Amino acid sequence: MREEKASAAASVASAARTADVIVEIRDVHYSVGRRVIFSGLNLTIDRGRVTAIMGPSGTGKTTLLRLITGQIRPDSGQVLFDGVDVARLSRRELYALRLRMGMLFQTGALLTDLDVFENVAFPLREHTRLPESLIRNIVLTKLQAVGLRGAARLYPAELSGGMARRVALARAIATDPDVLIYDEPFTGLDPISMGMIVRLVRQMNNALGLTSIVVSHDVEELAALADASYIIAGGKVAASGTFADLKEQQNSEIVHQFINGLPDGPVPFHYPAPDYREQLLAGDA
Amino acid sequence: MKLLREIGETLRGFVATTGAVALFLVRILGQTPQALARPGLIIDQVHNAGALSLVIIMTCGLFVGGVLGLQGYDLLQRFGSEDALGVAAALALIKELGPVVTALLFAGRAGTALASEIGLMRATDQLTAMEMMAVDPVRRVVAPRFIGGLIAMPLLTMIFIGIGIYGVQVVGVQWLGVDPASFWSQMRSSVDVSDVMEAVVKSCVFGLTCSLIAVYEGYTATPTAEGVGRATTRTVVTSAVLTLILDFMLTAFML
Amino acid sequence: MRSTRTVEISTGLFVLLGFAALFFLVTQITNRELSVGSSSYEVFAYFDNIGSLKPGAAVSMAGVTVGRVESISYDQNLYKAVVRMRIGSRYDRIPVDSFAAIMTSGLLGGQYIGIDPGGAEEYLGAGDQITEVQNALVLENLINQLVATFMRREDTQPEPGSND
Repeated sequence: MREEKASAAASVASAARTADVIVEIRDVHYSVGRRVIFSGLNLTIDRGRVTAIMGPSGTGKTTLLRLITGQIRPDSGQVLFDGVDVARLSRRELYALRLRMGMLFQTGALLTDLDVFENVAFPLREHTRLPESLIRNIVLTKLQAVGLRGAARLYPAELSGGMARRVALARAIATDPDVLIYDEPFTGLDPISMGMIVRLVRQMNNALGLTSIVVSHDVEELAALADASYIIAGGKVAASGTFADLKEQQNSEIVHQFINGLPDGPVPFHYPAPDYREQLLAGDA
Repeated sequence: MKLLREIGETLRGFVATTGAVALFLVRILGQTPQALARPGLIIDQVHNAGALSLVIIMTCGLFVGGVLGLQGYDLLQRFGSEDALGVAAALALIKELGPVVTALLFAGRAGTALASEIGLMRATDQLTAMEMMAVDPVRRVVAPRFIGGLIAMPLLTMIFIGIGIYGVQVVGVQWLGVDPASFWSQMRSSVDVSDVMEAVVKSCVFGLTCSLIAVYEGYTATPTAEGVGRATTRTVVTSAVLTLILDFMLTAFML
Repeated sequence: MRSTRTVEISTGLFVLLGFAALFFLVTQITNRELSVGSSSYEVFAYFDNIGSLKPGAAVSMAGVTVGRVESISYDQNLYKAVVRMRIGSRYDRIPVDSFAAIMTSGLLGGQYIGIDPGGAEEYLGAGDQITEVQNALVLENLINQLVATFMRREDTQPEPGSND
């Protein structure tokens, strides 16, 4: 117990030194079964900026978000959110911390049995005892911000993918969090919806003074959006910096392949297989 | 040797699942006080599990009662005691058929609905989204559904038995001509309040079992379409098997 | 708002229907006479053999149920079964010398206690004993007696002891 307190105090002290860092990942190792996902991951996310986290599919981008939000715990290493080690929190403390985070899921994850208005009102109703008129005002303000005030009485099943994501965004900012986390916000959207989301992410970040973490593999959208970027590959940070920095860091082959979208490279086109000729001659599958 | 190891594996899996379900029950019960503080959510679930199952329960009750009337009459008239049809059918309905058939229908109608609903919420990240909004899904989603099922089952059972006895009466008295006076009086003199209490106890136990299995299967479903489908199937199978096993144990215990 | 009201109304109807069914079962189907709650008094009797008498069996006089068997236990000192019966307090004039017999309803029916009133002026009260009893008719004993009688008759015949 004492040790824990001491280290917690130490981590608070270190947070004070780097007050502009809101999330810090320190030497995190994580594996599922035998599959190693992270081996010594280090990264920091600055307060008030849009940070992009990129990487080929299956490199654990979503896993990283789950680590930051405390849904899973690292095998070793630390995940610090505003100086607090997320993995050491009790369920209650973790929930208190999550009120400071808003998360936008890939599909929106709206509650299907509630309409748009009630979806946005959901976190307010669960955590506050605000009078109905005030809840109404807050919800309509948030919906106005994403341009969907008119859709308040629609149900999630009646929304397009882009609209659902905008409602989810309104819901995520309903409780005025410090950090907004976007999990693949651009996947499967038409160019118009995509443009809207890009604009909203930027607007939210600047207007509300939020910190944004965007996980995606849409290189072009992120190039226009992100203040800082990380490319994760092979369980580690493969490249980091502004987008211009990334372009220069193309000495690393994987970064080169990813940024330019090449079909073959360190991430091979062929799934590992025995020698082609031998297998053909051997005659078994 | 290989067979032994496989049996061992299965046994271990069974014990682990039992433990997981028990722990899940403890977690639900821990959240129950907070869930009870919001009766609106529970009313919704009593509606889903109970009111929406009403038509199927009443239809089945009527026909099960009718069959009991036919079969009971056929059997009893061989001994010349068709007047005992009321007692025989009422006791069969109250002590066995009512609680068991209602539980099986509940597992098929409400249990699958619960499992697939919660499973889909898992598959579409709704449960994770709640966790991210610092809302415990066990309190907000699971506990109200569990409590709703628990409330609905005994009520459904009573309705099933009531309709069933009406069905027996229609077939026995109105079709086959059993004397109505002796039908009712024999029933009244031989059925005790403790028999009805036995039905209430059984239906409460079945309600707990079926609701718990449904919410557990839904909550732990693999978050894919296939996983939700499998969870739904498992809900019905496990609920049905457990209901019949528990029915035997409860009957042996209470008789 | 409208949909919420529909949900509430149908749920309310469902709950009321459920309780109505329970009420119907408890009041209309079951035997309310002498169930827990109505006033009653307890008497007991010793039997050598109670056959298959069970707690809850009827206690009847002239075919009318006046009470129920409360409990059955075994007295190790007397080697007899103790049967406690709960009689409804409206039936408060059962003579002390009444005769309690364990009877069977029908050939295969359940067993119950039938009470034949005696002639005494005093009546049974709470905790009294019914002394005059007749044991259960055990089918096996009856058959044994029958066989014994039959064999005794056979003994008088010329060739004995052929069937052991």
